[in-house]
Amino acid sequence: MSTAARAVPAAIELSGLRKSFKDVVALRGVDLVVEAGSVFALLGDNGAGKTTLIRILATLLAADGGTACVNGYDVATQGAAVRQSINMTGQFTAVDDVLTGRENMVMMARLRHLANPRQMADDLLDRFGLAEAAKRKAGTYSGGMRRRLDIAMSLVGAPQLVFLDEPTTGLDPQGRLEVWNTIRELAGSGTTVFLTTQYLEEAEQLADRIAILHKGSIVVEGTLAELKAMMPPVKKEYVEKQPTLEEVYLAIVKQKEVE
Amino acid sequence: MTSIRFVFSDIAVMLGRSLKHVFRSMDTIITVTVMPVAIMLMFVYVFGGAIQTGTDNYVNYLLPGILLIAIASGTSYASYRLFTDLQSGIFERFNSMPIARSSVLWGHVLSSLVSNAVSVAIIVGIALVMGFRPTGGVLEWLIAAGILALFTLALTWMAMIAALAAKTADGAAAFSYPIIFLPFVSSAFVPTDTMPFAVQVFAENQPTTPLVESLRNALTGQPLGAEVGIALLWWTGILVVSYALAALVHRRRI
Repeated sequence: MSTAARAVPAAIELSGLRKSFKDVVALRGVDLVVEAGSVFALLGDNGAGKTTLIRILATLLAADGGTACVNGYDVATQGAAVRQSINMTGQFTAVDDVLTGRENMVMMARLRHLANPRQMADDLLDRFGLAEAAKRKAGTYSGGMRRRLDIAMSLVGAPQLVFLDEPTTGLDPQGRLEVWNTIRELAGSGTTVFLTTQYLEEAEQLADRIAILHKGSIVVEGTLAELKAMMPPVKKEYVEKQPTLEEVYLAIVKQKEVE
Repeated sequence: MTSIRFVFSDIAVMLGRSLKHVFRSMDTIITVTVMPVAIMLMFVYVFGGAIQTGTDNYVNYLLPGILLIAIASGTSYASYRLFTDLQSGIFERFNSMPIARSSVLWGHVLSSLVSNAVSVAIIVGIALVMGFRPTGGVLEWLIAAGILALFTLALTWMAMIAALAAKTADGAAAFSYPIIFLPFVSSAFVPTDTMPFAVQVFAENQPTTPLVESLRNALTGQPLGAEVGIALLWWTGILVVSYALAALVHRRRI
């Protein structure tokens, strides 16, 4: 790691992070560094400890031991500064269904004490393709739209780091693509994205670096190429490529939309 | 980090949000008023003729108790709304933001004051049609409003504890049931002298009785007497304890 890169504090720096719930050990000494400006994917099964880790980093849960720094601030002692520099989109879509999309956005902007909440709301809604639905209650949105609104709400105030906990779980393929595009756009704007997922393809599509959390520890961490290099040498085989069911589904749906 | 100005601004945003929830579900306000109004109709037009209260206007006599019942059931919606926030994940979103975390609760508490004021106004309007004839002046009305606001605040903070501790939505609202029935065992509907001794002792010393008496005296222009002091002591005490417990449970929860 070069000294130049170190001048900016790492987005996330964990050392020996531990957490247990009664006799269940959720995290058993996690060490991890996530560089600012990257997209980092944390892979793991249900119960691997992904959500526990995100909740500790978002100052919603106290760790039992070890240290965790977010954007250079200690989550245990500088909670307010951490919250100022992050935004979290939890595992379950956290939009207010009674409010319209626009009201949800304006509420976020006001809570972040921004100068021009309405303008900010309109700009983001436009960017996420929600301008037309802005005046409808969020409760009437499709799953993909609600998740996009959810992520758009996380971007109010341009936080340095965004946590996305299983952003595409429960979405249909169309919704998943929408969310993927959103995340790509986010990464393009320089925001650090820390996402958890159970879908390997999602990590492959989006992440600069990938870590696998298994039974409370990081078992492997690196770029996609590095992870692939750990496997036995590539064996060449010629196979006729059949379209996947997903490709068929999306092709048909798009065709219908054109008609 | 969070300055006082930001705390008030955060509370204002949360209050605005919660008020939108209240006024976009007017059915909750109607639900809150229907039962107390039904009880009022029943007592005035069915039992009222046989009840000896020593006054010639029974609507004047029973209205304070009816208002307390309405507020007790109204505050259960504040509990329900906070419980829904806790379930939906928006509570965690707010807590991960750079805001005063207590503003989430304050939003619900203050909107409960507004929604209960609306229910009280509707019920007082119906009572006027049924023959309620208040004789208190502006000062007495302000005292009555203050007493009702204190009662609402105390119960709403209790509602916050219930919501933070509950496992189900029904559980979150259940705290209000005993309080809804408390005015029945007081001087709200009938004088306490005809009750059996043990019931009478309870009725004369439980916290809604001085509330009912003070409200009745204020609205009918009677001297307020010591009852107001006792009511204030009871309900300020309940408010302080509820608020402290709610703050404690809230801190544990995050």
